[in-house]
Amino acid sequence: MSEVAVVGFAQAPNVRRTPGTTNGVEMLVPVFHRLLADTGLSKQDIGFWCSGSSDYLAGRAFSFIAAVDAIGAFPPIMESHVEMDAAWALYEAWVKIRTGEVDTALVYGFGKSSAGELRRIMAMQMDPYLMTPLWPDSIGVAGLQARLGIDAGLWTERDMAEVAASSRRAALSNPDAQLAGDTTAEELLKQPYLADPLRAHDCAPITDGAAAIILASGDKARDLCDKPAWISGFEHRVDTPLIGARDLTTSPSTIAAAKAAGVDGVQVAELHAPFTHQDILLRQALGLGEEVRVNPSGGVLAGHPMFAAGLIRIGAAAAEIRAGRADRALAHATSGPLLQQNLVCVLEGR
Amino acid sequence: MVTISSEPLSAPLDVGFDYTRSLGPVLGRFATGLRAHTIAGIRGSDGRVLVPPTEYDPVTAEKLTEFVDVGTEGVVQTWSWIAQPLAGQPLSHPFAWALVKLDGADTALLHAVDAGSPDRMSTGMRVRVRWAAEPVGSIRDIECFEPLDVEPTEREAGSGDPVTMLTTPIHLTYQHTASPEESRYLRGLAEGRLLGQRCPACNKVYIPPRGSCPTDGVPTEDEIELPDHGVVTTFCVVNVPFLGQRIKPPYVAAYILLEGADIPFLHLVLGCAADEVRMGMRVRAQWRPREQWGTTLENIDHFRPTGEPDAPYESYAQHL
Repeated sequence: MSEVAVVGFAQAPNVRRTPGTTNGVEMLVPVFHRLLADTGLSKQDIGFWCSGSSDYLAGRAFSFIAAVDAIGAFPPIMESHVEMDAAWALYEAWVKIRTGEVDTALVYGFGKSSAGELRRIMAMQMDPYLMTPLWPDSIGVAGLQARLGIDAGLWTERDMAEVAASSRRAALSNPDAQLAGDTTAEELLKQPYLADPLRAHDCAPITDGAAAIILASGDKARDLCDKPAWISGFEHRVDTPLIGARDLTTSPSTIAAAKAAGVDGVQVAELHAPFTHQDILLRQALGLGEEVRVNPSGGVLAGHPMFAAGLIRIGAAAAEIRAGRADRALAHATSGPLLQQNLVCVLEGR
Repeated sequence: MVTISSEPLSAPLDVGFDYTRSLGPVLGRFATGLRAHTIAGIRGSDGRVLVPPTEYDPVTAEKLTEFVDVGTEGVVQTWSWIAQPLAGQPLSHPFAWALVKLDGADTALLHAVDAGSPDRMSTGMRVRVRWAAEPVGSIRDIECFEPLDVEPTEREAGSGDPVTMLTTPIHLTYQHTASPEESRYLRGLAEGRLLGQRCPACNKVYIPPRGSCPTDGVPTEDEIELPDHGVVTTFCVVNVPFLGQRIKPPYVAAYILLEGADIPFLHLVLGCAADEVRMGMRVRAQWRPREQWGTTLENIDHFRPTGEPDAPYESYAQHL
């Protein structure tokens, strides 16, 4: 089967609010233009298009159709969509290339989280019989998981604040970051609780944003760039949606996906952890040692565009390979409440 | 050229609908039990009692059938404090979300705890169900949990046929924003003008104008004012009544291609019998009285036949 590599990545700046349309499509147009210019490809060269976004963010049905205009869908193209983070759209595109159906694919994710009430909208992804009717807000529910880990001695509020401070420091070198700064855990711990035990810095900020990646196979990838980031392992797994029946202090699906993808020897990891405690939880689940650089981009605590954030982790990990800063990198993406679904992508420079 | 404001039009958008779902044998039994003030769990393939009950084992996916009633008191496994409750949540004053493991259960239920203050919450604390005033057979028949030192509230259990359906009202609020192109188009309508835009790459004229041309993927730019007449490219006769319908069937919904445009839009064709409408029929806008105009295509009440000879098929064949 064909080898597949990331050959291009572009993202819109992560911002608290854009003035654009509710579906956020105009954030994509410049991203596509930059990505095609960088790779020297035209839209006719792309074999398959796949996106991740959500109608619940846009407040209307079939909202991804508006984005299809932005890719120039006439004459007809081969196109697909997932109502998940676009990292899963990338998985679909990877399968398309692996099976030899196409040799290039463009994957994109986008969302305008600022248009609605994100904490309430996220209740729509929970069990519709026994949970959504209670409108459990995403931050309150994350607090349940954070406290379980605190009570079990797996992390402390200080550890969590250290993650936030470290994310903001790393983001100082990321021009697309929403939150960056030189701060300390001490300063962050003086802030009031948002949903005890979580403070504002423990939660990824509400972010509007978009991103896109181009994948290519074998020789095509080598033609397109000097140093493709080859995908050497790619797996995703899911845990039960019943959060009361899961061990929330770990992530069995992440552990299983990492084992299947083969994560040994990674030098850098981009983790999709919307809450500080989940960063610690994921490092433990993935078995990442001190030697692994985690979230050099600042991660999603520095900017969390829904439905693009996981895809950006793959783009950021690929950028580490392509820049020669790592030979082996890990990208993780999550979807669903409290790390329910997890995807692990391992990239290599050769 | 009139350009009133470059700010995109934006307005609150409230989306509301009722999700009605069938419960099936397991959740139906659970909901029927809640109405009668009992809580049913189900035995998993490993012997654990799962509450809430699941149809299939979360680990082995085996079908589960052995119901086990559990207690209405339990232990808080973990909690978070909600200082400012959001719309729709179980309590409108500050409360805790908690995972509560009921006596006799091996898994935990997500619900609210009414403790008054975070100081009165702790992992391991015991709580009991406070039943809702009017049980209907839903998770909300549990109004919330409360600490045992709170005076219990007496509430009557409900009865009746087994509960088979669940209706969940969904209400979401957005600040909806139109694109700059749509905003110019909508502001034009408020002045009785039909504004399209031309794609700089393929020269096609779109109305409403697009953020990007679907052929070329570039923003449409040159503004074009279009006349309020055109031809019917295709149509359907609506014979079916539906909720919210404003006109009595039969009537015609048609694609109207304005003269000079390259894309038709959907509108009504009235002013003749439904069975007289045909492809190529020339039609003109019937505007509402000027004092009713807003930033909406509803300013045009409908299109009506002009009585001129039909347009030849070749003139609109590329726009079907």
